[in-house]
Amino acid sequence: MTSNGLIQIALFCLVVLVLTRPLGGYMTRVFAGERTFLSPVLKPVETLVFRLGGVDASREQHWLTYTIAMLLFHAGGFLLLYALMRVQDLLPFNPQGMAAVAPDLAFNTAISFITNTNWQNYGGESTMGYLVQMLGLTHQNFLSAATGIVLGMALIRGFSRASAQTVGNFWVDITRCTLYVLLPICVVFTLFLVWQGIPQTLGPYVDAATLDGGKQTLALGPVASQVAIKMLGTNGGGFFNANAAHPFENPTALSNFLQMVSIFALGAALTNVFGRMVGNEKQGWAILGAMGVLFVAGVAVTYWAEAAGTPALNALGLSGGNMEGKELRFGIVASALFAVITTAASCGAVNAMHDSFTALGGMIPLINMELGEIIVGGVGAGLYGMLLFVVITMFVAGLMVGRTPEYVGKKIEAKEVKMAMLAILILPLMMLGWTAVATVLPSAVASIANPGPHGFSEILYAFTSATANNGSAFGGLTGNTFFYNLTLASSMFVGRFLMIVPAMALAGALAAKKTVPASAGTFPTTGGLFVGLLVGVILIVGGLTFFPALSLGPIVEHLAAAAGQSFGAGG
Amino acid sequence: MARSHSVSLLDPAILLPAVGASFRKLDPRAMVKNPVMFVVEVVALLTTVLFVRDLITSGTGLSASGGSLGFSFQIILWLWFTVLFANFAEAVAEGRGKAQAESLRRTRTETVAKLLTGEGDAFRTVPGTSLKVGDVVLVEAGDIIPSDGEVVEGVASVNEAAITGESAPVIRESGGDRSAVTGGTTVVSDHLKVRITAAAGATFLDRMIALVEGAERQKTPNEIALNILLAGMTLIFIFATASIPSFAYYAGGSISVVVLVALFVTLIPTTIGALLSAIGIAGMDRLVRFNVLAMSGRAVEAAGDVDTLLLDKTGTITLGNRQASAFHPVRGVSEQDLADAAQLASLADETPEGRSIVVLAKEKYAIRGRDMASLNAHFVPFTAQTRMSGVDVDGSSVRKGAVDAILTYVQAGASTVTASGAVQNVRTLVSQESIREINAIAEEIAKSGGTPLAVARDGRLLGVIHLKDIVKGGIRERFAELRRMGIRTVMITGDNALTAAAIAAEAGVDDFLAQATPEAKLRLIRDEQAKGKLVAMCGDGTNDAPALAQADVGVAMNTGTVAAREAGNMVDLDSDPTKLIEIVEIGKALLMTRGSLTTFSIANDVAKYFAIIPAMFVAFYPQLGTLNVMALHSPQSAILSAIIFNALIIIALIPLALKGVAFRPIGAAALLKRNLLIYGLGGILVPFVGIKAIDLAVTALHLV
Repeated sequence: MTSNGLIQIALFCLVVLVLTRPLGGYMTRVFAGERTFLSPVLKPVETLVFRLGGVDASREQHWLTYTIAMLLFHAGGFLLLYALMRVQDLLPFNPQGMAAVAPDLAFNTAISFITNTNWQNYGGESTMGYLVQMLGLTHQNFLSAATGIVLGMALIRGFSRASAQTVGNFWVDITRCTLYVLLPICVVFTLFLVWQGIPQTLGPYVDAATLDGGKQTLALGPVASQVAIKMLGTNGGGFFNANAAHPFENPTALSNFLQMVSIFALGAALTNVFGRMVGNEKQGWAILGAMGVLFVAGVAVTYWAEAAGTPALNALGLSGGNMEGKELRFGIVASALFAVITTAASCGAVNAMHDSFTALGGMIPLINMELGEIIVGGVGAGLYGMLLFVVITMFVAGLMVGRTPEYVGKKIEAKEVKMAMLAILILPLMMLGWTAVATVLPSAVASIANPGPHGFSEILYAFTSATANNGSAFGGLTGNTFFYNLTLASSMFVGRFLMIVPAMALAGALAAKKTVPASAGTFPTTGGLFVGLLVGVILIVGGLTFFPALSLGPIVEHLAAAAGQSFGAGG
Repeated sequence: MARSHSVSLLDPAILLPAVGASFRKLDPRAMVKNPVMFVVEVVALLTTVLFVRDLITSGTGLSASGGSLGFSFQIILWLWFTVLFANFAEAVAEGRGKAQAESLRRTRTETVAKLLTGEGDAFRTVPGTSLKVGDVVLVEAGDIIPSDGEVVEGVASVNEAAITGESAPVIRESGGDRSAVTGGTTVVSDHLKVRITAAAGATFLDRMIALVEGAERQKTPNEIALNILLAGMTLIFIFATASIPSFAYYAGGSISVVVLVALFVTLIPTTIGALLSAIGIAGMDRLVRFNVLAMSGRAVEAAGDVDTLLLDKTGTITLGNRQASAFHPVRGVSEQDLADAAQLASLADETPEGRSIVVLAKEKYAIRGRDMASLNAHFVPFTAQTRMSGVDVDGSSVRKGAVDAILTYVQAGASTVTASGAVQNVRTLVSQESIREINAIAEEIAKSGGTPLAVARDGRLLGVIHLKDIVKGGIRERFAELRRMGIRTVMITGDNALTAAAIAAEAGVDDFLAQATPEAKLRLIRDEQAKGKLVAMCGDGTNDAPALAQADVGVAMNTGTVAAREAGNMVDLDSDPTKLIEIVEIGKALLMTRGSLTTFSIANDVAKYFAIIPAMFVAFYPQLGTLNVMALHSPQSAILSAIIFNALIIIALIPLALKGVAFRPIGAAALLKRNLLIYGLGGILVPFVGIKAIDLAVTALHLV
């Protein structure tokens, strides 16, 4: 660990913190339908969209209507994307003449992109034509991100409203989110990325003569625009197979830094939106505080583990930490930091090979996802995931002050606990359940690259990443098989939508409640005590469930490596 | 009843039947109500069946899945102990209630009733159980009142010791707020005609027995929510443990069912699951021992959540009676003269106010009380029309009373009304000046929260007696405590706003409702509830009934009317309105106990993982021995120690569950910090120590 590394980490945290309040204020205004500095340009567009769609912006929806609208919207998105991939050989903007995508891969990919997961069982430059990339994938990158944000907003409204029947209007929210939040930032960010050297073209791939006289094909395409939304919307699906490690997706240290910031920017800002809407910004800061504690702890472990390297590497005289699978232009700190950020949020873009991290360094991304990606998390999804844990925390510990637990004035009762538990249950069920199936199926085990605990980690990572809608791959696992295409798709689907429905039911139940005014007898939820408690409950309730699995994967691998042992070939 | 029969925790009269009850409660139909313990019972049964199968099929002492049968046997034994301990906790909690119910039941003897036939006092004797609602019965001295009812005629003293434990008889009379009588109590003197208001089996006494026995116990809202949380966590741990065999298979190892079950049972929140119902029963029981009957557990829980307390001024905030504190003469009259006249006027006045005037005059001015008879004085009693009282002695008349009443009296007495109706001053004893002066003094007194009583002799105004409401000692501190708990206190009084404000300031309440009418009270409660607040109040009169019903916690006084008792969701047998404050504390203690033990139970998991995970996997991944941070002797001793700890902690926490975590009025933040330190941090650390200690014992005894 170097002071340069620590300064980079601190600088990152600082920039995110500085952005939180202004972005939060802006988003609060957007979702309240208030005037913003972009309104003169965007208001006419918004009005036009509503008129074309027949949306009455003043009519709000019951939580169930809101949820059904969202589900229908995604069903449509799924069909469009699936169809595009299946017939892309017949469609224009395909200069490389990519063939139609196989049914199971197309199914997996379509689910993957509508769920904001962006798990990629394909290599972008060798599978997808430009039309699919733009109309299918980038399109869903915007809408799945906007969906996460508006669902987060619906839950925030649940907490902030009193005795209300509605939680907002899905069509209005998603239009405003895309138009006022995602698009403007992406336009600016894309221009910045193009300046940094990322291609943005519809032209064919180009051939280049290499120094030793050989010929190399350089894949190109409308890359910058997709990279901007993949980061900002915590989608993570790379234009190229190598994702953010590819020089055309992430050319410089500066582009890397801003890509990291953009992963966290909206998620962090939403905590501020929450604080503003419940009438006390400190409530938002407390939540961000709990996220921050978990984040910094994760970064510290990963950075330390990567910087220390392994005894095996050190024995070979390779000092200076573990550089296997990392890009030289990023180095250890930017790779470790990126890995923690991308899994803390539900992004899944990678700028290094997580498979090649040390056992402990690779365990932190795994834990981040197992907790449900609530450390800032996927845009919107991170906040509602965190609020589910807040509900559980308040219920477990809130009784200790001698009152029915309340959070921001809402009493936490049977229905709230039920919905929060349902949503949280989904995670271990899919993550551990499918891993348990895969580890005993010889055909599934055949997909792993390394035997022993590391191979186990590869499988666990895949289902964890899919269920948590992260989309990053540990690497090593050959995922494009019939079994993994379907099981991973089911993990992504359940991890997204079966968590959303109870979360929305929670929003509806909360909105209908009265708001209890705070008093000296109210459990204070803005201080360090609450932050500590929340972190404790997240680790014990959310994290310990995975302790047996982690013991058999990264933990035993680490202990063995520390003792100078390894488990067979590879590594 | 209750306080005289308070039962010790270690009373064998409770413990022995509880042991039997623990086994009877194994009935799955009863167990299924407690999801966590039901699951434990199911897996205990499952492992027992597997064990028996292994015992039959293998004579080698090794179970089919490896591991010795002796070890499996011990694990299974402790699984059953876990279930039995949970049942035992519940049985002990119920046992205390049963003992109390038994003593109540003894008072519910067979009674005969004198059913009035409707013609005068003629009656025929019928069994008490045959009475219907609406029947009117005669109860005479020595009779037991056959059922709950309302006095329609007569005044009598009634011994209610059977209900309240208080042996001093109380007065019950028709009309007013003391008209309710309770079946099972005894008329000591005189006779009553009582209209029956409760059918046999539905009387207050029946309800009381059912309540303390826990027969009518229903899960409270928080208990239901907590059960959902615990069931959800149990499901999560099912996923966590059910996936382990596959993982182990991948790693080339295997795990026996009994070890998996041991891990599962130690991880699920058995501690709180086992104690949850005991905590609820004990909470009700604490109220009963406090002589308060809650009609539902929901009411007890609501008491903990109360935001606003409505307290009657008289009897709760101030002593019931006002007392004379000073004499203010008008100009030209000495204090001595005023005191003398005031005392004279009060000699025959047996009200506490009257007596306090006599005492004040004696103490402050050394005017000795005189004997009415020797003075040959004639007492003029207080009436609602004149609103004054006094004496006529030796041709001179002394009056004291409300200021306006005395003014009317002196003006009327001092003037004659002419035929034309014009008032003509005959004497000049009552000057406009002295009237102004009296009014000024009276206003001054009222402003300070006192009550002015004017005194006049022979049509001449002498001055004003200052009657003062005496705020109860220590009540100000109690209100400060309540404020720290986040509870707002509102004083309810019939006084005018000026007086109310002064007393409110002196007592330190947050707000007051002056000149309160039943409608105003009801409106106040509704307004508070509309703001999302929970309101508690107590009352006894029939006109309190709507407010009692509307309040989230309505404590009816046992001395009150039937209507009030029906409307409230708690009845205070001692009829002490101050108890509202303690009721809130008991409600809070109940919720705190649940929260603290839940936190403790969940925090325990950390140590259990560290005991069992290395023990489970060390056979095929020896490296994981590093995780054995407690340095437990062997994998088997580690697993056995964890399951033993898990069972014993239930027994260890029974006293806390029954006694409850004490509530301290130190504010939510400080309270949370304290409880989090004890039950959160303690919950993480205690099992590390406990499991290690048990492991040492298990090893020393060669149990594995």
